Amino acid sequence: MSLVDRIPYAKFIGMEVDRDQEGLLCRLPFRDEIVGNARLPAVHGGVIGAFLEMTAFLGLMDEDEGGRVPKPINFSIDYLRSAGAAETRGRAEIVKLGRRIANVRVVAWQDDPERPVAAGIGNFRL
Amino acid sequence: MAQPFDRRRTFCNPPAMSETYAVEAIFGEDRREFVENVPHCLELGMRNVSVGPGTATMMIPYRDDLLGDRARGVVFGGVITTLLDQAGGAATLCSLPELVTIATLDLRVDYLRAAEPGCDLYGMAEVYKRTHSVAFVRGKAWDRDPDDPFAHLTATFMLGSSALEHPLKQVVQEQTS
Repeated sequence: MSLVDRIPYAKFIGMEVDRDQEGLLCRLPFRDEIVGNARLPAVHGGVIGAFLEMTAFLGLMDEDEGGRVPKPINFSIDYLRSAGAAETRGRAEIVKLGRRIANVRVVAWQDDPERPVAAGIGNFRL
Repeated sequence: MAQPFDRRRTFCNPPAMSETYAVEAIFGEDRREFVENVPHCLELGMRNVSVGPGTATMMIPYRDDLLGDRARGVVFGGVITTLLDQAGGAATLCSLPELVTIATLDLRVDYLRAAEPGCDLYGMAEVYKRTHSVAFVRGKAWDRDPDDPFAHLTATFMLGSSALEHPLKQVVQEQTS
């Protein structure tokens, strides 16, 4: 069973997780159910935020050898571009993995990693 | 004279945002207009509780498929982001003298505690300052008691993010004609 299958909300938004040489690559395929603005169309900002937070969470789970379940303390999101009708991808970077606290940075993009749609940073309690 | 302190309010009373509000005609309780044109809100079963001058309260009924931690029965934090983003956006629209399109610029959620398993989730946001181009918003989310929130929101929304007409404009026009 994959990591995502164990998290009901990750399934709810239709997230998928791959692994490549750089580590975990999270993917959020475009579906009508995650749209916030149907006219543009654009993915709901809340879903983009949740995707970033889930990417951070999964990145931490993957990195932490103790198998601890991280609990979010706070999460901050900058919306850089509207996320259109395309797959969104995200990758987490563990800035610090401490004994009790972890700090994680996440970037999400669609076609071009150089043109991010959103960036997030959060603190988690381990 | 200073306003007497009212402990039912977590935040200080925000100043009046405007003399008139573009969506004043649809201020009130259970305003479906603030969720029904947003596909993801319908998917979540999100409902509007109420809207007023520069403020909005939304609700997501509890459901198992929103869990982030199945063992603890805790809803994933990102669900709260969606709830508070939607409340913040609605509060922003409700603060405007003239309707324009808006976009979330940035948003931060502090998770004060885990939401209680099995509880519906409430989120409230209010605009505490608005300039020509930006609305500054704060909010909170709770399960049983608004005075015991489990999350806190700080966000900014950009005003006039596109030249398109806001879909609520037509709703308000129909309401007032």
